[in-house]
Amino acid sequence: MLEARRKHAKFLFLFIFPAFIVYTVFMLLPILNSMKYSLYTGEGLIPNEFVGLDNYIRLFTEERYYVKFWNAFQNNIQFFIIVTVVQNVLGFFMAVLISRTFKGSGFIRKLSFLPTTLSVLVVGYIFKLILNPYYGVFDKFIEMIGLEQLIIPWLGDPRSAIYVVAIAVSWQFFGESVLFYTSGIDGISDSIIEAAQIDGANIWQEIYHIILPSVLPIVGIVTILIFIGDFTQFDIIFAMTGTRGDPNYSTDLFGSLFYRTAFSSPERGGWGTGMGATVATMMFIIVTIGVGVFLTFFTKKKEELEK
Amino acid sequence: MKVKRAVARSGLYLTMFIYSLSIIIPLFVMFMTSFKTNAQIFKNPFGLPTSFNIDAYVNLFVISNYGKYFLNSIGVTVLSLSAAVTMSALAAYAISKYKFKYNRAIYVYFVIGLVVPIKLGTIDIMITMLNLKIFDTLWALIIVYIAMAIPLSVFVLYDYIKMVPDELSSAARIDGCSEPGIFARIISPLIKPGLAAAGIISFIPNWNEFWFPLVLIKSRENYTIPLATGQLFGQFDTKLNLVFAVLSLASIPVIIIYLLLSNYFVKGLSAGAVKG
Repeated sequence: MLEARRKHAKFLFLFIFPAFIVYTVFMLLPILNSMKYSLYTGEGLIPNEFVGLDNYIRLFTEERYYVKFWNAFQNNIQFFIIVTVVQNVLGFFMAVLISRTFKGSGFIRKLSFLPTTLSVLVVGYIFKLILNPYYGVFDKFIEMIGLEQLIIPWLGDPRSAIYVVAIAVSWQFFGESVLFYTSGIDGISDSIIEAAQIDGANIWQEIYHIILPSVLPIVGIVTILIFIGDFTQFDIIFAMTGTRGDPNYSTDLFGSLFYRTAFSSPERGGWGTGMGATVATMMFIIVTIGVGVFLTFFTKKKEELEK
Repeated sequence: MKVKRAVARSGLYLTMFIYSLSIIIPLFVMFMTSFKTNAQIFKNPFGLPTSFNIDAYVNLFVISNYGKYFLNSIGVTVLSLSAAVTMSALAAYAISKYKFKYNRAIYVYFVIGLVVPIKLGTIDIMITMLNLKIFDTLWALIIVYIAMAIPLSVFVLYDYIKMVPDELSSAARIDGCSEPGIFARIISPLIKPGLAAAGIISFIPNWNEFWFPLVLIKSRENYTIPLATGQLFGQFDTKLNLVFAVLSLASIPVIIIYLLLSNYFVKGLSAGAVKG
């Protein structure tokens, strides 16, 4: 390693500067500036008058704002729980299976990541088309096996819509968690597993005492990534239920709430730049708190399991 | 014992079979339907297309200007990823190979971007693009995408550069090679796999990005593929084969690139996960 003396300081600057400036000006500063805009009125595009915390007070006391905000909050939590369970629990067990050697395991590994490469938008539209009540293959299939009394308008019913949307996202990113978990399981040394098997451990004991502790950091990473992704998710809502989170806002998430309030005209649900920035700041706070909570939880859990 | 094992094996294969179908069927339905006529879709949604009908694709390229959207997407992706990887490699080089007071702090500063949702700064980004007079141009997207790709690229390249032995650059330095020369002639050839990995991992999110075109692009001639997919989808409500062709066209490039380079994706992503 080279001691950066004065002679080299200019290179240091030259090398770091381009990345530093683009990253700062177009990624980190915009987030801080958006927080600043939340303290201004902004009926049109440009924020103008300083109003302090007025936007926040209005967001939580005026019915037309807080009803939508808390609705998005609840939907988002529901959405996050479904996706987390599918991707972590199902994904983990699938990874345990896939990490065994069997004929075709390489193919399965390759195939399982395929949906993740598609755009969220495309996945949303595919599911929407497959579930369409008139020509969708899903209902046709259910009719074929004689269960037509179970058919409901999947995306048209406020009770089922959020589940359908969450399942579409889970389908897409399932392979990503499987990939993360299999690579964690592959990293466990064979001798540990063999020793356990000789000691007569069954598969559940093996999972609980050996596999789980060693992939726990990955559970943390996967959960945090899902959390950040889900609390800013927008594309799937745009594709499947529109920017109002139809039917009747039952699939409105923070991502679609932010898009609508910040970038739509008032007739289409826009709240102006100031309120839009307030929503963005609240999202930032929620994401930061969430990530903090998960980080603490998984660090603690890991220490416990290692004892 | 033998019977039990055979049962377990069959269970494993059955699970894998169902799992594969759950991935393949939706994609298969998408591609297949794009080659059907509307009448066939309604009459026989499961059947294979009776004739190989490419009207939908011809329609998209001739009437809807799909070729242009592809060129836009390719241009934006190539420019933003190559700029991001170059800038990140220089920064990662400086942080990992020169010893100064703030190495660690600057590294952390860059890597914070891995968990910060850039979407939340969109209002300010939009205003900045208006001020720079590049709102509604592809340049606006390119700049944002460079910023987005920097954290992951620095994260990946830092390790690759760290592994390059210092003796090589010291020897070059003694021979009178300049600092930029050392980077260009010694470091960059050695970290080619790292440069490729950084570019490839950022490729998928970059190619599929929909939010920023939706906010920053208004003119049709500047649409990227995801924006075109989002905007054209609604227009063809009654022409189902066109709808499915739009989706297929958006997916084919990523699927091909993934199948060609899947080992890189898998290696790059799982290394990141395990290292955490």
